[in-house]
Amino acid sequence: MASNKKDKNNVGWQPKIVAFLCNWCSYAGADLAGISRFQYPPNIRVVRVPCSGRVSANLILDALKSGADGVLVSGCHPGDCHYISGNLYARRRFAILKSFLEFIGIEPDRIHFAWISASEGEQFAKLVTEVTKRVKALGPATKLVKRLPEV
Amino acid sequence: MKAFSERIKEEAKRLLEQKEVEAFIGFSKGSLPMTTRPFVARTPEDTEKLVFNSFCVMNLARYLPEVLKSLEPQRKPQDPLPKGPLPKVGILATGCWSRNIVVQIQENQIDRDRVVIVGIKGAGMIDKRKVFAHVGEKEISAVEEKEDKIIVKGPEYEVKIAKEDVLRDNCQVCVHFDPVIYDILLEAPGAHEREPKIERFKQIEEIEALSINERWAWFTKEIENCIRCYACRNACPLCYCPTCFVDDSRPQWVGKSIDPTDTQIFHILRAFHMAGRCTDCGACESACPMGIKMRLLTKKIEKDCLNFFDTEAGLSIDVMPALSTYKPDDPQDFFITEKLFSKDSK
Repeated sequence: MASNKKDKNNVGWQPKIVAFLCNWCSYAGADLAGISRFQYPPNIRVVRVPCSGRVSANLILDALKSGADGVLVSGCHPGDCHYISGNLYARRRFAILKSFLEFIGIEPDRIHFAWISASEGEQFAKLVTEVTKRVKALGPATKLVKRLPEV
Repeated sequence: MKAFSERIKEEAKRLLEQKEVEAFIGFSKGSLPMTTRPFVARTPEDTEKLVFNSFCVMNLARYLPEVLKSLEPQRKPQDPLPKGPLPKVGILATGCWSRNIVVQIQENQIDRDRVVIVGIKGAGMIDKRKVFAHVGEKEISAVEEKEDKIIVKGPEYEVKIAKEDVLRDNCQVCVHFDPVIYDILLEAPGAHEREPKIERFKQIEEIEALSINERWAWFTKEIENCIRCYACRNACPLCYCPTCFVDDSRPQWVGKSIDPTDTQIFHILRAFHMAGRCTDCGACESACPMGIKMRLLTKKIEKDCLNFFDTEAGLSIDVMPALSTYKPDDPQDFFITEKLFSKDSK
């Protein structure tokens, strides 16, 4: 993912946010937001995953490495998981990962976790608005971004 | 310490002679002062080579799954396990190593019935880098170990150093000295006197108190010397995957280049894969040729597991590692939707 051109004060810069949405709830929630014509910023790039439990630390770090300014992971509410407990395992994993990345100095607002059900189109729009606002406030990602040699 | 070494030899010899075990995993003398080498004794005569001292920094549980497998009759992957009892293996285990064995049992890597664990109470190991620093990086030709001190001899000098001054960082903050599972229990010399020297998470709390950019500076500085030899991974008893994520090429999680990002991602993921499983045995740090303190990364996760989920790795066979289980009421206040759509704001 090539970083878009920007001047010194990040004027004209728009964040790129990778959103991992679970197939059964959050992806459908995003769909509902679209059908219902709820407005939200176009900064997210959606990756549909079978379950929030599918999202490993590898995927989140890979997104950051490839130049994403933020990562959003969203799944079904606890108790609603299509696979019974995928999101509950994921919740533990994310708790550790978020705290750990903060520990080594990654801004906490780069990585967000959310529960969005298939009926929460409006909340999805609000969520994306909030996440985009927070990532925008941080400016472009500089940590953990792998830069290709300039030629 | 010599007498204790003899005691271990005796025990290993008895187990091998009585055919209770087919192999015994211990340590033999290393080629340099202050080194030992993991060693598998397969005959009663082999046990003569066994030693045990405060320089046994490698974790023996690392070799257990492989040695057990080597004693099984050869079979194809689809063939069933042979009937009847399989040969057993004896192993030395201090507090942390025994907890690693518990995790390996929980993760179905080894069979408890095939392992004879010789537990060692209250052992603490010495960091040889600290010894070198203590003598001013001078050459060391021999080191003799006494009850609570070591006598370091070099060309034209001899120094006595108290053991607790050169104990490894992880042994200084250790709170679980004693094996959690064992068949035979031995007591290391000076075992009753051991107590944590420094508060358990003091180092972590010091780093947590820094600002975010200072922490990033600390992290990047700490690992900037990493040559990615993967010795920390290879020394770890819990890194038993046949294919490690660093070797994956499609997708390639960790690039092969010298880009610092790749090294950073390797260290983040290595530590993260130990989440809820690491027992802070310190083998990774002791194996590192560059002196990187990657133990601090796993220690932070250990602290979080204790705070968030109230579990510690390998203390009991019945309590699964933190990330292999869940509770309905696990903490989730870090979820952005919790604050955004909380009941009060509605």
